Amino acid sequence: MTTTLDRPTRSGAAPAPGGPRRTSALARLSGWVRRHLVMAFAVLVLVYLFVPIAVVLLFSFNDPAGRFNFTWQGFSTEAWLNPCAPAGMCDAVVRSLEIGALATLVSTVLGTLLAFGLVRHRFRGRTGTSLLVFLPMATPEVVMGASLLTLFVNLGVGTGFTTIVLAHIMFNVSFVVVTVKARLAGLDSRLEEAAMDLYANEWQTFRRITLPLAAPGILAAALLAFALSFDDFIITNFNSGNTITFPMYVWGAAQRGVPPQVNVIGTAMLLAALLAVGIGELVKRARRG
Amino acid sequence: MTAALTGHAGPATDATDEEPPRPRRWYTPYLLLLPGLAWLAVFFLVPMVALASMSLQTGSLGQGYRLTWEWANYSEALSTFGAQFGRSFLYAGAATLLCLLIGYPLAYAIAFKAGRWRNLLLILVIAPFFTSFLIRTLAWKIILSDDGWVVDTLRAVALLDDGGRLLATPAAVILGLTYNFLPFMVLPLYASLEKMDERLLEAAADLYANAFTAFRKVTWRLSLPGVVAGTLLTFIPAAGDYVNVQFLGTPNSAMVGTVIQSRFLTVLDYPTAAALSFALMVSVLVIVLVYVRRVGARDLL
Repeated sequence: MTTTLDRPTRSGAAPAPGGPRRTSALARLSGWVRRHLVMAFAVLVLVYLFVPIAVVLLFSFNDPAGRFNFTWQGFSTEAWLNPCAPAGMCDAVVRSLEIGALATLVSTVLGTLLAFGLVRHRFRGRTGTSLLVFLPMATPEVVMGASLLTLFVNLGVGTGFTTIVLAHIMFNVSFVVVTVKARLAGLDSRLEEAAMDLYANEWQTFRRITLPLAAPGILAAALLAFALSFDDFIITNFNSGNTITFPMYVWGAAQRGVPPQVNVIGTAMLLAALLAVGIGELVKRARRG
Repeated sequence: MTAALTGHAGPATDATDEEPPRPRRWYTPYLLLLPGLAWLAVFFLVPMVALASMSLQTGSLGQGYRLTWEWANYSEALSTFGAQFGRSFLYAGAATLLCLLIGYPLAYAIAFKAGRWRNLLLILVIAPFFTSFLIRTLAWKIILSDDGWVVDTLRAVALLDDGGRLLATPAAVILGLTYNFLPFMVLPLYASLEKMDERLLEAAADLYANAFTAFRKVTWRLSLPGVVAGTLLTFIPAAGDYVNVQFLGTPNSAMVGTVIQSRFLTVLDYPTAAALSFALMVSVLVIVLVYVRRVGARDLL
């Protein structure tokens, strides 16, 4: 990270004094443009990213006149004080949390095992396995949702809570594999060899060396899985039957009228996620220091 | 790892002769893989086969479906909904291009210009996406609405006619798609740019490359894996999306996802919907394969 700062690059502040390099006016101009314009543009893009978030926050304090929370009417803390006022919304949030927890638990276990198998072992069928893990990520959600619904219809299984969880586990597994794999690939396998040299058997090596080293990757994967599950709409829409998750509630509300409490939940989700990131950073720093 | 297998790690000091290093059990990897692969087989592969089969069946929900190898399902579905199909790829393509155009400078700035703010900026890129996908898209509906300040401003500077709108136009849908999938572009781009050795740029400059040439021949080339990953991660979900078009577009600008959704969940015309889904899946896969080959980043898979 520091390399960008302390290594004197050619595009650095002053042209090398008396340096032999010839810098054309064009190069100097484009250097200046790159130094400042890129960053200015990046800031603009970040503003673009946050405009809707600001709107979500602002309209959580709106006092909507009708059913639709689309125009600003006046300031009110009503939605924040009574977040569960709209019928069924908090039930939907709780249902989404339950589904997210279940799907995260199972998909993290399955995906982590898969990642270990793929990174730490050479075996027949490795390419096929990688392909099968990759495919769900290369498939549009609407196709996965549709195909699962077809399966459930063929089997005569009614859709609902269980089928949502089954579906969420399926699309989460691949994301867990990718995340854990990235962490494992960056680990020094000589640490495990050293443990083996010190008479640790395979299981001990795994439990005392590999697992603790892989833990941050597994945690990141679990958080990602939870976020994906909690926010999933398209696949859920196909396999939910009469079960209403939070995104399903929002989808329905978009047609009937969106209460400002929806914005409260959206803002709270953002704050919870930022809190998690913040705690993670603090833990990291405490460990380093 | 392999050293542990070939005996280097064996107990060399005391038990040299009696105890040869235990070979790893050959079935360990399969035990690790079995549960996950079984899950993916049952809930990904089998449903895909079911979908493919459904797309060739005739019948109705009441009387049941029979596999009659009805290839006409495809021609019918594609001729009826060809417009929606084409629109999906058009919108998704436009959104992907826009994501690349605005995502690349952002990733570049974070990787090379941000210094110690790098982690903070990365968090800022991801943070908006912790607010629900649907809620974010609804927020755009507010921003782009006819009496919103964006439309007012555009009308004031005559970029938009007095009766002109933003909401319920293709532009709004593309903008929504661009917004919603931007982090999928920025993060892979950042990951590949961040790995780049900046001294390569100095070397290029030493060899009399101007900034533009250096970018084109060094930075861009080295970031290609990120470009490929980012464009795929943006294009694939965008092509199947129907939320943006539902909230920001009109029924006339429906995408293929809209049709699949309504055929499956409202009209209950499963064979047509299945044919459309399978056609979408195959076209996406073909595009992915051709694209990855052309750019020559095959090791990405």
